[in-house]
Amino acid sequence: MPAAAKAKPIDRRRFLLDAARVAAGCAVAGTLLGAYAGQARALPAEALRPPGALPEGDFLAACIRCGLCVRDCPYDTLTLAELGEGPATGTPFFTARDIPCEMCEDIPCVKACPTGALDPALDDIGDANMGIAVLVDRENCLNALGLRCDVCYRVCPVIDEAITLELTHNERSGHHAMFMPTVHAEYCTGCGKCEKSCVLPEAAIKVLPERLARGKLGEHYRLGWEEMQEKGGPVVEGIIDLPDRLPGPGTDNLAAPGGFEPAFKIPGASE
Amino acid sequence: MSEKTKLPIGAEAVATKGWIGAHKWLLLRRLSQAFFLGLFLIGPWFGLWIVKGNLAGSLTLETLPLTDPLVLLQSIVARHWPEMTAILGALIVLAVYALIGGRVYCSWVCPINPVTDGAYWLHNKLGVPKGWQPKKSTRYWLLAMLLIVSAATGTVAWEFVNPITMLQRGLVFGMGFGWTLVLGIFLFDLFVSRRGWCSHLCPVGAFYGLVGNKALLRVSATNRAACDDCMDCFAVCPEMHVITPALRGKTEDTPLILSPDCTNCGRCIDVCSVDVFRFTNRFDKAPAPGRDEAARKSPAQQTRAA
Ligand code: SF4
Ligand code: SF4
Ligand code: SF4
Ligand code: SF4
Ligand code: SF4
Repeated sequence: MPAAAKAKPIDRRRFLLDAARVAAGCAVAGTLLGAYAGQARALPAEALRPPGALPEGDFLAACIRCGLCVRDCPYDTLTLAELGEGPATGTPFFTARDIPCEMCEDIPCVKACPTGALDPALDDIGDANMGIAVLVDRENCLNALGLRCDVCYRVCPVIDEAITLELTHNERSGHHAMFMPTVHAEYCTGCGKCEKSCVLPEAAIKVLPERLARGKLGEHYRLGWEEMQEKGGPVVEGIIDLPDRLPGPGTDNLAAPGGFEPAFKIPGASE
Repeated sequence: MSEKTKLPIGAEAVATKGWIGAHKWLLLRRLSQAFFLGLFLIGPWFGLWIVKGNLAGSLTLETLPLTDPLVLLQSIVARHWPEMTAILGALIVLAVYALIGGRVYCSWVCPINPVTDGAYWLHNKLGVPKGWQPKKSTRYWLLAMLLIVSAATGTVAWEFVNPITMLQRGLVFGMGFGWTLVLGIFLFDLFVSRRGWCSHLCPVGAFYGLVGNKALLRVSATNRAACDDCMDCFAVCPEMHVITPALRGKTEDTPLILSPDCTNCGRCIDVCSVDVFRFTNRFDKAPAPGRDEAARKSPAQQTRAA
């Protein structure tokens, strides 16, 4: 019985040894747990977080894995990750190809979240950023084969903004058009309805997490045409707009019949 | 040791109080564990949504939010400041356990408790040696460890492996390989370390122990003078060191079991054939003559009591 052992005078050496042993054991356990937590942070590309989810790093600090978002989703879109399933155990996610997010206008999943892991500031589901659809296979997409499947385009809740059909020349046939589904990241919420609906056995359009779907401009990049618009004049003072050399009959002769007008003129620049 | 020590544990209590009487609190406890699990299960099973969520966080009748304070604490040290709902939920839970005894969570709610109790039962049946007995303080070190790891990794770290929420969430939402951790604990308690998990290592129990440090509801060895040294209470108590000061105390010592390690399971009450123990509050001043009074008549007992 542990009480009996106390009767002996406390051996200082033994006490220190015991403390060291416990501390070392905890340090080992802590390192293992830390390593596991670090590794479990990687979210598989197919796993999408619910609307309003904080960036993955913050999300794992915020979500207590209560599943209230899961319960309040009327379409059973969300599930809690089981141990060994990919996303951090117990955290909510969905797989677009299985059940996409229906983009509820009242966003019940966000309302249900008690912790703010799903950001309550998200009040318009159109601003959600669960991922970005990418037409990953521009060869097998039926529209790329010259057909008019268009399903992904038709089902998109943000049709004509998040996804459009862009007319391109069909090089293969030489005289047909292709209507390529084209996603516009600014408007795409990542709901996954397009991926879910793609008629191919393996979807040609897939929702990817932002880190995979997008590049990023350097912080120092300025878009001249936007700055010019904002300023209402050339960004550099006193710039001379030289005539553009454009193809056409009568080079440099913009007034000649068949010549080209430049797409835009620098506002306020001297001719 | 008295002759009675050799009787099977609880045999005398069953003989005097009947089987039900000698298992009253145990039965109530099992009912309570089933009740709390059932509350969460009738939603997904029968579509009756009295409680949504799980032990980490829940919503009862669409109004009462409850949050596991330890899970939320990890979230806070991981530098996320939670919304008010979660904080309120945690405060309610803290208040309740601070009142009725933190480790009431262990014996009346926690779904791992039946698992480790089962392991202990089998452990005794098979006569397995008690094995590795880490210091009881280890659990506090582990508690500190998981908070440090949460802070260092910026995640709710314990929830990656917490077998308690894993089991409960598994039953309510889907298990995956979560059962392996639960089986691991069962086997650990069975073969590696007697009562190893709940009584030595579990940082959740440690946390709730701290919460209930000054809890109102306590077990008291009020009738300790009647103790006949059968030792059954020590045999059934998961934290037997808590009994000694109360039961073996002198008349001027309090008969209350004040150690926050006591889980308020009431098993000692059940198993005592002479009804030494009962539930009371920590301010109970009812006179409880110690064994020293009785010992005056029997010097043999006095030497052992010391
Ligand atoms: S927006 Fe609606 S469908 Fe989408 S995850 Fe939330 S509750 Fe489910
Ligand atoms: S409701 Fe919030 S805290 Fe709960 S599982 Fe969903 S995201 Fe996590
Ligand atoms: S994921 Fe697809 S369906 Fe959803 S908004 Fe984006 S393009 Fe539209
Ligand atoms: S549904 Fe699939 S195959 Fe059809 S156009 Fe969209 S991506 Fe292409
Ligand atoms: S002292 Fe009694 S109530 Fe407390 S843990 Fe031990 S057996 Fe349970």
